[in-house]
Amino acid sequence: MTAPPDDCLARNDWICGAYLTTRKQILLDAVVQHLQLTVAAVLIGLALALPLAVLARRWRWASGPVLAVTTILYTIPSLAMFSLLLPVYGLSASLVVAGLVLYSLTLLVRNILAGLRAVPEETRQAARGLGYGPVRLLLTVELPLALPAAMAGLRIATVSAVSLVTVGAIVGFGGLGNLIYAGMNTYFKAQVLTASVLCVVIAVVADVLLLGVQRLLTPWTRAARG
Amino acid sequence: MTTLTDAWHWLTDPANWSGDNGIAHRLLQHFVLTVVCLVISCLIALPVALVLGHLGKGGALAVNLSNIGRAVPTFAVLVLLLLTPVGSWGEGPTVVALVLFAVPPLLTNAYVGMREVDRDVVQAARGMGMTGRQTLLRVELPLALPLIMNGVRIAAVQLVATATIAALAGGGGLGRIITAGFNLASTPQVVAGAVLVAAFALVVEAVFETVERLAPRWARAAR
Repeated sequence: MTAPPDDCLARNDWICGAYLTTRKQILLDAVVQHLQLTVAAVLIGLALALPLAVLARRWRWASGPVLAVTTILYTIPSLAMFSLLLPVYGLSASLVVAGLVLYSLTLLVRNILAGLRAVPEETRQAARGLGYGPVRLLLTVELPLALPAAMAGLRIATVSAVSLVTVGAIVGFGGLGNLIYAGMNTYFKAQVLTASVLCVVIAVVADVLLLGVQRLLTPWTRAARG
Repeated sequence: MTTLTDAWHWLTDPANWSGDNGIAHRLLQHFVLTVVCLVISCLIALPVALVLGHLGKGGALAVNLSNIGRAVPTFAVLVLLLLTPVGSWGEGPTVVALVLFAVPPLLTNAYVGMREVDRDVVQAARGMGMTGRQTLLRVELPLALPLIMNGVRIAAVQLVATATIAALAGGGGLGRIITAGFNLASTPQVVAGAVLVAAFALVVEAVFETVERLAPRWARAAR
């Protein structure tokens, strides 16, 4: 590490300060793309999973098919999923987002549904007794109580999405995965290691942030514990 | 629609099934890779999990390992291994990366399974004079089996998926049909490869599902 900074690039070291300073913009762009793909996929996944889980909760017959379809989607390997969607979306960022959305669905639907099912029947009846309609019951009683389980699913889905975005490199939209892919072909060690470490950092930061959000949204769980 | 018919034509063309890059060879590679890695991972993870679960120690490690494993991109680990000396061992990087990713779910599920065995039953076994080894093998292991098998199933499906990504880093298996399709800009081949991989993953899932359905009946008959 004591060598002159421009030397470590020439020696192709794993850890290289000169790489960080000279490719700052490339790394930044990759991180931004990585974040955009992850956030878009998780938000769309959430927007789809919520109504599906509520439907499956309301009508018992719907839960079987919803769970079966989402589980099958989850079984399909990510590279295959991206490839299967290729004729629909072409080589685009939407292809990666669509693939990731289908992945996060299983985790989100299962967890939200588990949370909704765990709401005690007495709680529901008490709310009905207070004159709550079905919509108000769902929004102010059931969903808040399902929040911890739903957030657990959201955290797993987000962390998985961060790591799966890298596979998007096959179609050129893989965020940091693009750098890993390019670094592999050119045998550029510093680039591969830096991009890989950044991926893990993003995943860990996202997980901690979501945990913080969960704490803020569910103050009563802390009160009960304390 | 034409892409699907083209993909079907590609799949049913006998020329695409033979040779080193053919479907048959890639399917065999994928299968062997999955089985070998599953066996190695089980040999590493299960004894450790069973002993830790029996002793009731190392739980935090067993559970957290699984969460950390999810945060590390498989593809990144594969490429990192490829650039180290391991990279010159042929399928070495693939096997090492696959084992690394199959161990956490196996470890976590087996550990949790062992801990969830009814403590009263374990104490009863001790009271009957069973040694630690007998309790582990004759009481805890059979009772923990459903959860252990669930871990094996998760690991197996994950292995099939990860073996596909190995193709991005030059490894063998069905993923190669997809990456070759991308290089040739042949959408039908890409889609055909994806269909093969998806079908393979679903077959593995179905096999485990069937084994699980049959298992309780077999266990009852044995008793």
